[in-house]
Amino acid sequence: MTTPAARVRAPDWLGGDLARRWALPVAVIALIVSYPLWAIEDPFRALFVDKLGMDMDTVFQMAVYVMLALGLNIVVGYAGLLDLGYVAFFALGAYTLGWFGSGLFSERNVHFLDVGNKALPGIHLSFWVVVPLAGLICAIAGIIIGWPTLRLRGDYLAIVTLGFGEIIPDVFRNGDDIAGHNLTNGVRGVTQLDRPGFGTTLNDATGGLLPDRYSSLPSELKPWFYTILFMCLITIFVNLRLRDSKMGRAWIAVREDEIAASAMGVPLMRTKLWAYAIGGIFGGLAGSIYGSFINGIFPTSFSFQISIIVLVMVVVGGMGNIWGVIVGASLISWLNFAGLGKIGEWINGVIPGVSNDIEVTKYKFGIFGVLLILMMLFRPEGLIPSARRKAEFKEGEGEASLYDVSH
Amino acid sequence: MAENGNILEAVNIRKEFGGLIAVNDVDFVIPRGKIVSLIGPNGAGKTTFFNILTGVYKPTAGGVFFDGKAIAGLPPHEVTTLGMARTFQNIRLFKNMTALENVLVAMHSRIKGGVLRSIFRTPGLKKEEQEAHERGRHLLEFSGLRRKDDDYAKNLAYGDQRRLEVARALATEPKLLLLDEPTAGMNPEETASFTTFVAKLREEQKMTILLIEHDMKVVMGISDRVTVLDYGEKIAEGEPKQVQHDPRVIEAYLGTAATG
Repeated sequence: MTTPAARVRAPDWLGGDLARRWALPVAVIALIVSYPLWAIEDPFRALFVDKLGMDMDTVFQMAVYVMLALGLNIVVGYAGLLDLGYVAFFALGAYTLGWFGSGLFSERNVHFLDVGNKALPGIHLSFWVVVPLAGLICAIAGIIIGWPTLRLRGDYLAIVTLGFGEIIPDVFRNGDDIAGHNLTNGVRGVTQLDRPGFGTTLNDATGGLLPDRYSSLPSELKPWFYTILFMCLITIFVNLRLRDSKMGRAWIAVREDEIAASAMGVPLMRTKLWAYAIGGIFGGLAGSIYGSFINGIFPTSFSFQISIIVLVMVVVGGMGNIWGVIVGASLISWLNFAGLGKIGEWINGVIPGVSNDIEVTKYKFGIFGVLLILMMLFRPEGLIPSARRKAEFKEGEGEASLYDVSH
Repeated sequence: MAENGNILEAVNIRKEFGGLIAVNDVDFVIPRGKIVSLIGPNGAGKTTFFNILTGVYKPTAGGVFFDGKAIAGLPPHEVTTLGMARTFQNIRLFKNMTALENVLVAMHSRIKGGVLRSIFRTPGLKKEEQEAHERGRHLLEFSGLRRKDDDYAKNLAYGDQRRLEVARALATEPKLLLLDEPTAGMNPEETASFTTFVAKLREEQKMTILLIEHDMKVVMGISDRVTVLDYGEKIAEGEPKQVQHDPRVIEAYLGTAATG
């Protein structure tokens, strides 16, 4: 029987635990926050934008996926509920913006604190109202979807969530004629979505710091970046706080052993529903800003692949570990949006004779598949696993025998 | 029900699985502050009866009243909230959680928590969490798990895992503690120290305990009262000494062990 090594705590010099715990995160966050100020300017531009393809557009999309992965981390990483239909929340969040922030319902003319043209028909609530509304709607959807499905366990739950992930885009595809009402504009999708903005009053008051209305010009994407960054920080904060809360402990307990958890007073259904609802909220928030950013929502934008890719981000990064999930999501989404293309360019440039013959992006899913298999073979606990996860994968290696002979 | 009467009353319990009668019209009471044991040979219906007492199974006939409330068919977490806590025959700790976390999970029904309060970490919540941690550490120490707070449950020695199960059950603040074969798989040394621990629970915490056991030494040493089941029927009940010399019990179960 191996006795666990006593946890060695380093002395508390240099400000103690707090400084050590936060030094690295703070440094990284500072670099990321200032990203638009240095990385896309000379001399770093050559590396970050030209070589790595990390322009503001790509970085924004990466951040959206970080948020999605962190949301799914609550469901899969904490509560251990394998959800293969997470894209449903992403889609629902985007369509919430379609309903409350576009000209979709052109027979109406509702404006509430929005920054667009007041003459535009349709329902136009302020973007800052639509985003929390998307979260709320997704939380409710999570509870409605979760109510019947969360009674299932393991593989069965995965299959049913997969079904929901497929059904929801279909509902949007066919939602252009629900009892005579056009709710989603079907395959034509919803375009001309409202953009965030603070209005002229706040713009003037802050001397132009808070933009009147976000622009979609490639050179004007900084406000978008800071908005999604702010949303990511909130997501991280909530993830951290919940992890160390009564709810977080209950999630992990349910993941570990449902029967024991319920015998210890944890209500299974309610605990799982909370995980689903909170995971759904972040999917919805990400969906609403993403819809506004790409300025078009189509049923085909929310395919099953997104569910899988977000799940891969969580698994590759390290289930249950916030920092791991962030790294995993950044890495995979970078590969997805820019990295593979850039790697392809590089390969074509370096290897003579094959010029332009290899389009690496075409083999995207093959490459992700190989990557995932390699991960599972060599580092199944993820890039940055939580201590708990690491312990889990060591299970059986140093298992105590039933009778301890050394006693 | 009187305050000083019985914490649990099972009246005329009958459980049939198809044609098989697993428990046959058994009356059973647990007086407050006592250690009551339920014994019987394998297949006597102990586990079935145990599951009826904890509300997992609904009896075919009869009723279980805990603290005056009928509990048949209630979900496990509600039974726990009412004040009945159990350990498992085959240890079911949260293996990849620390000892302290295991205990904190069990306080679920006793602390308020709240998702929004947790996110904003309000002063009230902070205080509650600090108190819960404090209480958890006390419980671990009381259960003989000093300095094991941060050890993962699965890394604990076998006897310590059993103790942690009890500490976890105690964290639910039970009025009645149900121990399902707690010394199974323990060596004699561990069994002896565990028995002392159970006795301490009654003395220091005034805990009411139901013990389901195989090990006669444990049962006879600490029980105030012993009930013997065989083939689903109650064949004897009374003080350990009395039961030990009951010819039906000797015949059914104790055999030569009673005379030896």
